[in-house]
Amino acid sequence: MAKKPIGPVRRAFSPWDDPAAKPFIEFRNVTKRFGDFTAVDNLSLKIYEREFFALLGGSGCGKTTMMRMLAGFETPTEGQILLDGQDLAGVPPYKRPTNMMFQSYALFPHMNVEANIAFGLKQDGMPKAQIAERVAEMLRLTKLVPFAKRKPHQLSGGQRQRVALARSLAKRPKVLLLDEPLGALDRKLREETQFELMTLQEELKMTFLIVTHDQEEAMTVADRIAVMDAGKIIQMAPPAEIYETPNSKFVADFIGDVNLIEAKVAEKSPQGTILQAASGEFCIDTIQETPAAVGDTVWYAMRPEKIRIAHGDTPEANAVNKVGAEVWDIAYLGDISIFHSRVGEKETLRATVANITRLVERPIAWDDKVVLSWERDAGVILTA
Amino acid sequence: MKSGPSWFNVTSLVLGFSFLYLPILLLVVFSFNESRLVTVWGGFSTKWYVELMKNQQLIDAAIITLKVAFLSASIATILGTMAALVLVRSGRFIGRSLFSGMIFAPLVMPEVILGLSLLLLFVAMDQARGFWTIILAHTTFTMCYVAVVVQSRLVGFDKSIEEAAEDLGCPPVRTFFLITLPIILPGVIAGWMLAFTLSLDDLVIASFTTGPGATTLPMKIYSQVRLGVTPEINAVCTILVALVTMGVIAASIATKRQQVQRERDERAAFGAAG
Repeated sequence: MAKKPIGPVRRAFSPWDDPAAKPFIEFRNVTKRFGDFTAVDNLSLKIYEREFFALLGGSGCGKTTMMRMLAGFETPTEGQILLDGQDLAGVPPYKRPTNMMFQSYALFPHMNVEANIAFGLKQDGMPKAQIAERVAEMLRLTKLVPFAKRKPHQLSGGQRQRVALARSLAKRPKVLLLDEPLGALDRKLREETQFELMTLQEELKMTFLIVTHDQEEAMTVADRIAVMDAGKIIQMAPPAEIYETPNSKFVADFIGDVNLIEAKVAEKSPQGTILQAASGEFCIDTIQETPAAVGDTVWYAMRPEKIRIAHGDTPEANAVNKVGAEVWDIAYLGDISIFHSRVGEKETLRATVANITRLVERPIAWDDKVVLSWERDAGVILTA
Repeated sequence: MKSGPSWFNVTSLVLGFSFLYLPILLLVVFSFNESRLVTVWGGFSTKWYVELMKNQQLIDAAIITLKVAFLSASIATILGTMAALVLVRSGRFIGRSLFSGMIFAPLVMPEVILGLSLLLLFVAMDQARGFWTIILAHTTFTMCYVAVVVQSRLVGFDKSIEEAAEDLGCPPVRTFFLITLPIILPGVIAGWMLAFTLSLDDLVIASFTTGPGATTLPMKIYSQVRLGVTPEINAVCTILVALVTMGVIAASIATKRQQVQRERDERAAFGAAG
């Protein structure tokens, strides 16, 4: 297959920083209760046109309910949902300009691939010739041309997923809703499809809203992520911001791997804060200021790749933040190795090191005495 | 270890099958009996089948029975499917368990009681009894069977398929006819066939609710048998048995074929995806 040019570089896109930008989808103080259970709790959210937005959270956090309220399958108990300035209250699902790709794909088992894709267009009363044209285009776009006449049960999981995608895109909805779209695919196919989704979104210039519990998926595809827990948004920011400056222990722990160090505020100055680890083994000098008072207990969240690990005689031993440790366990993952090092009796710190050489014998081995060191801006102080 | 069937298994099988099929086999054999005496073998003959074709009363009864079965099965299928949809789909509503219990009551209710209560109802309504009252009665008692069959098909139905249709711009009623009905159709057809068969051979309820001019085949056979079993009756019954057997075999072959085809398709798809 001929490689097509991959198009222009993705440009910086951040309408959410522009106070004059008009939100495309807006949740205003939306609450949804099922009996005694509050699935979505007084939540407000603005999503902008052409944004790829991810709702991320564990099961039961309310993310799917949010999407189903936008599609019209659930009615908010309180609050308003606006799409392009129009209040969606009372608009039935079949009149909303959104289309959804279902987690189970929900293909029509008695129709072939073509008929599945054409279904939505027929409902709109589109002329036959135009339907055929659009279906052919969608088949091409999702690489399903050879399977046009097959029924869903004659397709593999990946092919079914693409039919579901083609069907939901065929009507060119204002918003495409993706409910855990890649959950059933294996890892390789999932990664491929994630990039395909991003490319499609760029090409079709649509707004995508994805619901997922897979943080890697959200980080890969989304312009912005909202991390949800118990019906509330805990943090909403672009992926890098969520990763590098989580606003709470929950987010730090949910996204990626993290060392959460319990500490007390020892000293505050305009140049930063000095923390004393609760284990008593070391101090942390940071550039960050904190609202917490001297003596308060806080948490220091530091990603494992921010920690350097070296033998005691290397130059790193002179860093501002350092602590002696003993290598307790090593996990070799091929691309990186994770070192679990014990600091004193109570604390274990994880440090990841990229395996940049092909040496099978690693310079650092089990039970080695090492020095862990990090910069003053390596982590963030969390109070919640 | 011995691989063949044990003596116990063989005996059980023979006993079971003779218990089920010996009476029917006797009936079939004696329908080809030359002799007028039912229990004495007088040589092979098909004359009772010829005789049957001349018996206008029996043919009329058969036509009425088929009409009743067709109409009552069709009405029962519509009502039963609707009942199943409500039971599976509407979630919880006040009186749901009462309703679901009551729809299945006719499954276990003695036919005599059902027939008698229907008769009382028709009398109270001052309704002339006949063809239409049998249809109403048969609809009543076959509807619950349809509901059970359709319900089992609906339980495994992924609701998001309907949501997908609505999401793509299809209003609920059209969604039912374009999406839901085609998918549950095998269950609906099975329900219809069950209702048709039940109506075809019902004697008790039909006897209670019939009137002048509406004699069904089972009623006719029963009344003739009281005057003595004739080889002619054996012939009618043999034809009925043959029809039912062919229907059952055709249905199971169709199901089996569909299943084999589906498995083959699925293997092909996953093989190709590799």
